[in-house]
Amino acid sequence: MDVTDRIKAQLSSSPVVLFMKGTPDFPQCGFSAQAVAALRACGAQFKSVDIFEDPELREALKRYSNWPTYPQLYVNGELVGGCDIALEMFRNGELKKLLAEAGAVAA
Amino acid sequence: MPDTAERIRAALERELVPAQLSVEDEGARHAGHPGARAGGHFRVRVVSERFRGLTRVARHRMVYAAVGPLLGHGVHALAIEALTEEEEMTL
Repeated sequence: MDVTDRIKAQLSSSPVVLFMKGTPDFPQCGFSAQAVAALRACGAQFKSVDIFEDPELREALKRYSNWPTYPQLYVNGELVGGCDIALEMFRNGELKKLLAEAGAVAA
Repeated sequence: MPDTAERIRAALERELVPAQLSVEDEGARHAGHPGARAGGHFRVRVVSERFRGLTRVARHRMVYAAVGPLLGHGVHALAIEALTEEEEMTL
């Protein structure tokens, strides 16, 4: 599977996908850790992808999304943003609403 | 040669004509973080009318585009706050 197909497969594998450095339990970057914390605080189910595991995807996703940094949070295949946007939306309640609408938060 | 924070400031002033701009070097705060060795951690706060009517993602893309070549070359991480003047006044 070429790298664009791998990106699309990851994005369609779950309503909420976080491309991050490391894993939720062992994040390798403070910004990725904060994004995980925001999703967990919302009680969201999400899939995480460790970009260190796939260097080709790591570079290709930056071009695909026109977003040069990680983490990158996607809901229903759409880029929501990086750590700053996720945290801002967490603080004002938008994140939980978005995640709930995507069916990622248990009622 | 200007330092990285000054280059970020110059790029954002040129591209986004901000009414307010702050560029903070957060490098010291991340000492010991593995990525900190690769380059600086910076926090920018940009208040610009260029952001009016745009989504957060679009605004952040504009900031990344302005900083462009510095990303990965002196800038390891960029925390962004991107506001219009109206939003800044109502904070």
